[in-house]
Amino acid sequence: MSEKNRATPLLDELEKGPWPSFVKEIKKESERPMVRDLLGLLERSYEEHIGHWKHGGLVGVMGYGGGVIGRYSDLPEEFPEIAEFHTYRVNQPSAWFYTSDALRTLCDIWDRHGSGLTNMHGSTGDIIFLGSKTEALEPCFADLTEAGFDLGGSGSDVRTPSCCVGPARCEWACYDTLEACYDITQTYQDELHRPAFPYKYKFKFAGCPNDCVASIARSDMSVIGTWKDNIQIDQEQVREYAAGGTDIEAEICEMCPTGCITWNGEQLVIDNSECVKCMHCINVMPRALKPGKERGATILIGAKAPIIGGALLSSVFVPFLEMEPPYEDLKELAEAIWDFWGEYGKNRERVGEFIQRVGLGNFLEEIGLDPVPEMVAHPRTNPYIFFDEELEEDEDE
Amino acid sequence: MSQPTVEEVADAMYDLVKATHGKKNLKAMDLTKAMIEKFGDDAVDKKLCKLAIRQLIDSGRCIYSYFGGSFITLPPDEDSGG
Repeated sequence: MSEKNRATPLLDELEKGPWPSFVKEIKKESERPMVRDLLGLLERSYEEHIGHWKHGGLVGVMGYGGGVIGRYSDLPEEFPEIAEFHTYRVNQPSAWFYTSDALRTLCDIWDRHGSGLTNMHGSTGDIIFLGSKTEALEPCFADLTEAGFDLGGSGSDVRTPSCCVGPARCEWACYDTLEACYDITQTYQDELHRPAFPYKYKFKFAGCPNDCVASIARSDMSVIGTWKDNIQIDQEQVREYAAGGTDIEAEICEMCPTGCITWNGEQLVIDNSECVKCMHCINVMPRALKPGKERGATILIGAKAPIIGGALLSSVFVPFLEMEPPYEDLKELAEAIWDFWGEYGKNRERVGEFIQRVGLGNFLEEIGLDPVPEMVAHPRTNPYIFFDEELEEDEDE
Repeated sequence: MSQPTVEEVADAMYDLVKATHGKKNLKAMDLTKAMIEKFGDDAVDKKLCKLAIRQLIDSGRCIYSYFGGSFITLPPDEDSGG
């Protein structure tokens, strides 16, 4: 039985101050036995400076290998209500748009089957339900599917794809991120629910190079909106910005990473052939500048956060891809990568690490992608790369 | 060798999972590679193995587990010998 009035002096410290406090929020639900034990266990961890959770194991719902993360306390006798405290990952709607009715439905389901505690949202983007007993897993899953929700990914599978708000609320979106995210989620249900990879594989869809979902830092396959033609300029609006106090020379021209913008007090000129799509000028003068009209996405591969090994940013694989349903080229690339990495990747080796191990040249050859200059992140840093023609010339000499 | 059915591949996978249970964790790709080796790459491919794994899991004969990676293993009751 959980103790009703367990003292939590260390956690109480986290309620002080004007900022939001997860302790304060959890305590609002402390009438629930699971929540009381959770607070008790957390206090204990703070006292002892060690965690008391084990994770993984055999829990899940029938037919799925992802979506439920088994969690067990190593102090089950002391905190019996949270001896099992499994986490659900529920696949979020594209760009996290909900009706209030959908939110109520989710909360009602979780009130019936679990601790009532949620995390909206997890770092991959899923709706997180925190704290379920094993016996409640299947009934909760049944209620979720009845309400039109499904579990997301966990383990060695496609993780729940996520996207920025895209054209739903942002005029800079260079493709429909919500549609692409939904399409990929539906297409790869098997890969999402039935882990078959060496490790996780994340898709993230960003509508423009601002990359509001941080795909370049977190996803194995980053799909970042871009354009091929010229930045659209409204010169009248540029002059209004100048008249309103924007120092265009200092704030725009001098901040341009390639120095491709000039301003003579009347006209803004952009040498688009030198533009690297950093979005700075567009961000500073949104009423005057817009991405071009010939829009699509750049596909980058290989990012990961530093859980195992160091962090990696993703690298350009396809400089420009038209992003129209059914996204055949994108899917073809993803499947070619899975085929090679799936067969030769080591357990817990992300695609980015795999590429480092086998070499980019070998990787490209195996997935059937031709090398292009845009793939070169730092030119002329490796003296051991030669062009075939150069080698032939040397041999002739 | 003639092409085995999905059921035959699933049975062979199950036998392998059972034989290695408690000794080695097998991933989906481990099972796939083992089946290609057993039946030959002209008789079995990744697609067929994927269908066999689906059948193995959906029938409840095997389940997914997570031990620092996702593996395919026996359900808990068989695990305990029951």
